[in-house]
Amino acid sequence: MLSKKNLQLNERGELHHLLAIEGLPRKILERILDTAESFVGVNEREVKVVPLLRGKSIFNVFFENSTRTRTTFEIAAKRLSADVVSLDVARSSTSKGESILDTIANLSAMHADMFVVRHAASGAPYLIAQNVAPHVHVINAGDGRHEHPTQGLLDVFTIRRYKKDFSNLTVAIVGDILHSRVARSQIHALTTLGVPELRVIGPQTLLPTEIERLGVRVFTSLEAGLKGVDVVTMLRLQNERMTGALLPSASEYFSRYGLTPQKLALAKPDAIVLHPGPMNRGVEIDSAVADGKQSVILPQVTYGIAVRMAVMAILAGATR
Amino acid sequence: MKIAIRGGRVIDPSTGVDRISDVFIAAGKIAAIGAPPNDWHANKEVNAAGLVVAPGLVDLAVHVKRGTLATELAAAVAGGVTSIVCPPDTDPVLDEPGLVDMLRMRADAQHSAHVYPLGALTKALGGEQLAELSKLAQAGCIGFSQADAPMIDTQALWRAMQYAATFGYTLWLRAEDFHLAKDGSAHDGEVSSRLGLNGIPSFAETVAIARITELMQGVNVKCHISKISTARGVQMIRDAKARGLKLTSDVSIHQLHLTEVDIGHFNSNFRLSPPLRTGRDRDALIEGVRDGTINAVVSDHTPRPLEAKQAPFGEAAPGATAVELLLSLTLRLAESAKFSLPDALAMITSRAAAAAGIPGGGLAVGAVADVCVFDAGAYRHITAASLKSAGKNTPFIGYELPGVVRATIAAGHLAYEHVA
Repeated sequence: MLSKKNLQLNERGELHHLLAIEGLPRKILERILDTAESFVGVNEREVKVVPLLRGKSIFNVFFENSTRTRTTFEIAAKRLSADVVSLDVARSSTSKGESILDTIANLSAMHADMFVVRHAASGAPYLIAQNVAPHVHVINAGDGRHEHPTQGLLDVFTIRRYKKDFSNLTVAIVGDILHSRVARSQIHALTTLGVPELRVIGPQTLLPTEIERLGVRVFTSLEAGLKGVDVVTMLRLQNERMTGALLPSASEYFSRYGLTPQKLALAKPDAIVLHPGPMNRGVEIDSAVADGKQSVILPQVTYGIAVRMAVMAILAGATR
Repeated sequence: MKIAIRGGRVIDPSTGVDRISDVFIAAGKIAAIGAPPNDWHANKEVNAAGLVVAPGLVDLAVHVKRGTLATELAAAVAGGVTSIVCPPDTDPVLDEPGLVDMLRMRADAQHSAHVYPLGALTKALGGEQLAELSKLAQAGCIGFSQADAPMIDTQALWRAMQYAATFGYTLWLRAEDFHLAKDGSAHDGEVSSRLGLNGIPSFAETVAIARITELMQGVNVKCHISKISTARGVQMIRDAKARGLKLTSDVSIHQLHLTEVDIGHFNSNFRLSPPLRTGRDRDALIEGVRDGTINAVVSDHTPRPLEAKQAPFGEAAPGATAVELLLSLTLRLAESAKFSLPDALAMITSRAAAAAGIPGGGLAVGAVADVCVFDAGAYRHITAASLKSAGKNTPFIGYELPGVVRATIAAGHLAYEHVA
């Protein structure tokens, strides 16, 4: 069926859009990570700019606000010498779908080469990718609770930097899996790269139905799930989850699922702690862990630039 | 008008007739089958050699909005459908007798498919204040429904059942728990978890069926449950019927062909209500149709404007245009699930009419002449342009489907003729 064709790859099997980690071959993930490696060096130089995307126009179109993610995409584009325009598109509640495609059509008329899109609805970047001119590339910067592929990539990039090899790792993702696009991207990235044991840990209310079908082991006890892990990813718990029937309170959540130094001690001694940010200290993570020596949360941010540069450069065909 | 349909394979699922014969139509009725009536001379001859001559299709779920009646009736007869049951979520909602009169008048003026309206069970489909059921019934409503709108208040539903039972009216109910389905857009399972879509669990349906059948237990009311989607739901209806409840049910043809996996990359044409479920559910629904637990197969025709579907999956309007595809999709089901042609046609003719308590669905001499003549062996390529409906939103765009309607006769009028 037409709808099932892999939208992300062109007829030569090369990356054309980055919409999701799911369905991407390992080769492509590794190429992005290797390319990002070369950009880490660029970012550490005094002159942090390379001319790979000179003359290209990249439009950041954020239907859902996010200063941090948008900024890292802007920095990545600028370091590649692209022209960057960032738009915070206020979401029209009346003519949602229409406004997405209208917005994109308008921006296309300004000769965009690449769209970086964030939207509150799962799948929105697919709709856009299906409606842009064939030469235009789309990067998903987070769609609903579906995927956040560049975050997943920077997470695995960070893990690779610290752990070198995926083939003997045990990784745990902790918290609100249900609403997390980061979790989904990271799960697909890690399973594709060959991590033998991947765990998700959370209360049943925050675990998606049949999540084990994605190749993960499900734990509802943080203590049991953390035993012997090499990598812990803590997910942000949004405040709105505390109302209603998902969770009673932030403090009760922290008592069960908050990562404290005592609980982290159950993991391997050299375990690293990731968090996609922004953190809720005292809700999902204790400051002593967030700022502790096992935390790689700030390096994640740094590597995020290199990974996004790599994705943009590969999509634009600038690395061949 | 006198019409002779010559040499076709006449299939009447209501009587078991299946033979090559001629059908003669006069004064809006089936005048004879086999030998012509005395002094016969036709104004119109339809050569049906190699074709099937079946009762006009009876579609128990065709949503019609304001201003689209003529187009959608044209779509119906192009698909061989001669009777439609129209849920009350028209615009405006069918909650006043005057509105029902107007709908029927407009429908009659089309000389097309028969329109059988369902009245709104509650004012503005609000789920609280009962509509004037008796007056609506006198205006021609064949039953009462909330369409896809919820009836959250269980006591209101119980009272509605009691009131309807008093006068022998049938309630047509969706089985979907409002709160469990709220915000959902796909079956709650592996696919919704992968795609990050809000799920509608199977038990949103089964909890609602339990609510309906438990209330029915103490009220001698007839209920028709529309658009069953789960395996467990089929079993619950089977059990309720065995207990003697006056219960009928239907299923959308989409549920018999497609599953959650077909959503693919967020294809909003696959956003339906109820959502597409698992292969196991689909198989159980087919068996439910086979053993009669599910009385009828419906198109759940829901045409949507282009922009309502050009949206992210969860924000796209649910529903598909389908009345023109009901015959073809039923023939395709007959192939894949091994139904005989008469058995397959029964689901969309005689069995549907019987479940709804409306005329039609048969070819008895003396009955109103609603006839569909089609080529069961020919295939059609489904494109947006090939659809007469204002809605072009169907999961089956691009499909090659069996069954090409050659002529549709509604109440003795030639309502549609295929031009090759």
